[in-house]
Amino acid sequence: MSVLTGLDAIWPLQTGGTRLERHGLDSLLLITLSLILALGLIALASATHAAPQLFISQVVHVALGLGCMLVIRQISPRFIQVWTPVAYVAILLLMTLVLAVGDVVNGSRRWLAFAGFRMQPSEFMKVALPAMLAWTFAQQRMRLGLQQVSLKALLIIAPVGFVIVQPDLGTSVILALIGVSVVVLAGVSLRFIVSMGVLGLMCAPLVWFLLKDYQRLRILTLFDPERDPQGAGWHIIQSTTAIGSGGLFGKGFRQGTQSHLEFLPERHNDFIAAVIGEEFGLLGIIALLTLYLILLGRCLYISIQLNEAYQKLTVAGIACGLFICVFVNMMMVCGFLPVVGVPLPLVSYGGTSMLSTLIGIGMILSFNAHRK
Amino acid sequence: MISQATDAPGIAPDTHSLRALILFVGMVVLLMLLLFRFIQLQVFYYDKYALRSDSNRIIERPLEPIRGVIFDRDGVPLATSSNIWTLSIIREEVPDLDALLARLSDALGLIQEDLDQFDRRLRENRRPYEPIALKFGLTLEQRAIIAVDRFHLPGVRIEPRTLRDYPFAGIFAHAVGSVRRISSEDYALIDRANYRGAEYIGKLGLEARYESVLRGEVGEQTLEVSASGRVTRPLEVIAPVNGRNIHTELSAVLQEAALQALDGQNGAVVAIDPRNGGILALVSAPGYDPNLFVTGFSAEQYENLTASAKGPLFNRAVAGLYAPGSTVKPIIGLAGIASQQTDWERTIYDPGYFQLPGSSRRYRDWTWRPGGVGGHGEVDLHRAIYRSANVYFYEMASRMPPHQLTDFLYAFGFGQVTSIDVPGAVSGLVPTPDWKRTYRNDEWRPGDNLNMSIGQGALQVTPLQLATATAIIARRGEAFRPYLYRGAKDNGLIDAIEAPVLMLPSQEDYERMAEAMQAVVHRGFMGAGQNGTAWAYIGMDIPYSMAGKSGTSQVVRQEQGEYVSPEDLAPEFRNHAWFVAFAPTEAPSIAIAVLVEHGGSGSRSAAPVARAIIDAWMEMQA
Repeated sequence: MSVLTGLDAIWPLQTGGTRLERHGLDSLLLITLSLILALGLIALASATHAAPQLFISQVVHVALGLGCMLVIRQISPRFIQVWTPVAYVAILLLMTLVLAVGDVVNGSRRWLAFAGFRMQPSEFMKVALPAMLAWTFAQQRMRLGLQQVSLKALLIIAPVGFVIVQPDLGTSVILALIGVSVVVLAGVSLRFIVSMGVLGLMCAPLVWFLLKDYQRLRILTLFDPERDPQGAGWHIIQSTTAIGSGGLFGKGFRQGTQSHLEFLPERHNDFIAAVIGEEFGLLGIIALLTLYLILLGRCLYISIQLNEAYQKLTVAGIACGLFICVFVNMMMVCGFLPVVGVPLPLVSYGGTSMLSTLIGIGMILSFNAHRK
Repeated sequence: MISQATDAPGIAPDTHSLRALILFVGMVVLLMLLLFRFIQLQVFYYDKYALRSDSNRIIERPLEPIRGVIFDRDGVPLATSSNIWTLSIIREEVPDLDALLARLSDALGLIQEDLDQFDRRLRENRRPYEPIALKFGLTLEQRAIIAVDRFHLPGVRIEPRTLRDYPFAGIFAHAVGSVRRISSEDYALIDRANYRGAEYIGKLGLEARYESVLRGEVGEQTLEVSASGRVTRPLEVIAPVNGRNIHTELSAVLQEAALQALDGQNGAVVAIDPRNGGILALVSAPGYDPNLFVTGFSAEQYENLTASAKGPLFNRAVAGLYAPGSTVKPIIGLAGIASQQTDWERTIYDPGYFQLPGSSRRYRDWTWRPGGVGGHGEVDLHRAIYRSANVYFYEMASRMPPHQLTDFLYAFGFGQVTSIDVPGAVSGLVPTPDWKRTYRNDEWRPGDNLNMSIGQGALQVTPLQLATATAIIARRGEAFRPYLYRGAKDNGLIDAIEAPVLMLPSQEDYERMAEAMQAVVHRGFMGAGQNGTAWAYIGMDIPYSMAGKSGTSQVVRQEQGEYVSPEDLAPEFRNHAWFVAFAPTEAPSIAIAVLVEHGGSGSRSAAPVARAIIDAWMEMQA
């Protein structure tokens, strides 16, 4: 018997209970999601006080994302599974296109512009990569042969490599971690995981030599922000100052001096958590972390309950990706990780991130709704 | 229900579930760690970051107090503070100074002089980020031009600046002094808190002496600013306490009269009101325009100011040391009377020279000429004063122990600083046997007594000391301490050290000395060799009573038996001319010492200057 058997009694997946659930929509997941989106929009409304058009476009992003989510919910999991390799390859092609004709923002070539829209294909990879890996696991036998290992390694390394040369250190680390987490969740033997981990750690020092100077500076700045307070250290100093000065209850909505007097850089974007910390204090942060935890727990629980290997792995992989982004972003904001340009999912300003996250959740809803 | 039997190719469902659970626990743990970090920042370090956030957004700007005005005795301002629009440049904020200056030159029509002066100020010692003035007194139009173009002019500031203005320019330079830019050396010495934002500090004269009174206390304005430095709102204002005004005893009329009377000659004038000890005029020529220290000077002007140690910056009125010559004779005469070495009846025969017993050296009178001509015949003390007969004093001094002379000179303020608030005043020198042993490694000789009795030798005095000594005679022996600032005593700014009142000689002796000095000016129409020494030059038409004494201060020694007419000497070797006076004789309201450097004869060069100043004073009194 599984250790998980008892969970069903505490936290059952009820289908057909509430009105939402009769439509195959998990109510706990949707309520949590809505609260996170609402908190995000409130923080953004404060952070974009000087540029209200940003707030309006973010509302459009959210609406668009929720629409996509509901549409995907209607699509059959079988269809999604069949088209997964196509989507993966398409996104990979878009990423190569970025390298060729992409726009450069903050010294990094991440954006693809067409017909007046801009998007970051690498964001979609956060959903496509776990799905693609799940797809390969669903096709194979239990034992991993050399061929299988190489295929999966290639599937991970290809997008990670494209992102590294953009260069986008943060996203490449996140994609690599997502890949690893899916491999772990697939049930690969611990001996294999440990030996790969040791190999990986041995390679880590080599990465230092591959880094660009500004990336090294960011890492060094982490250990000593005062080394360059007006430059690389500025983000960390101003962000921790914003959070720390928020105290327990915060300075109040739109009362944050760090963000409103423009000391806090990227406040509507990667550093939105600092705005929440400054204006809503520790309470706001606790609320945000709790909501994420409920969302992640619910996703993992759905993953356990699903029967198809592809679906189980895709859901768990998307959840892991979500967690990794949240964790890396928050660590960065509170000064524990270098400034790497990872948005806070569902909260930071940005259409691509919002769309890809909600598409991922749409897939989870679809799998859950069509559960046999 | 979790089914063991689920047939999922490639993955083990139980392993997946277990690992998913472990991963979730891992997520909980990691998010808890994150939460602890936020608790650390927001609870434990809250105070630190709240302060840091405040210091981010709040800046404090000093509010400069307005410097106190210095007035003369009639309320005429001698040093004022006025606001003028000033364009300055913060060097540290300018990427390309030459380009900026070129742009500003076009916009404002700067001339080379402006640029040269800016260059000078740029090279002066200054604090980092201190604005350096480029152009003073911008018009509304010029300010508009700069305001429109300000985004292309990094580091350029236009602010109203309080500038010190000396309306009399050079006339009061040495009396009032001047402010100067605070140098980094000054900055190490002053109370930095009170000089935040200050640009100038009193460096000379009254400006330096009463710096703390004139300066006031700096105020403060706290402002909220954005990251780009834009002021978003004012928070609090602590108003500055402006400096206090200073009313002096100086008289602009006398000061101007003195400079006019000196007529471009180098010299010094000090006038004192003997009734209260206030200094009425303090002139040292050549002077300088203290405004130059505020707005800056050209290289040439700076060169002129600093070329020589005795140049325009040197205050000869209080720091110039000269032999007093015959002007000291009234005091020496009073010393003789006080020590009972002579009296008003005693006479001697004056052949024009004096020889010490057993010596062949002849100490000459000023009338002495080769071939034995000269001398004043029968001389008593009265005649010895109005004819300035050296031999009378030689003979008297030869009988006196040196301390009877030196003690008396000290009592009249020589050899010490008696002034209360005259910066830079020096003590001069009254030589004594001890002094001579220590510094000249030589014995005191009778000849030293003789030299001292006619104000020559090692005796050195300043014009201020001589004016003070003259005022003591005018006060009939009552010593005092001269001062510039009326409020000095009342405000407890100085220790109220009262000078001792002279007990000797008697009041009557002072009256008789005043009469003798009056004869110097007024005794006339008596025939050759019988008139007061100054009568021919100033006494013939004088409408009030004046007591005076002329003097010459030797610049070069004359050898025994040699005589050179002053006219034959090159100007730089001619004697300095002295004249001291007080008026009216019976109830003096002014005492004065005039020095004309290389003026030759005191009566001819210095006395008319004294007369002109006292004339101006008498006119004011009328």
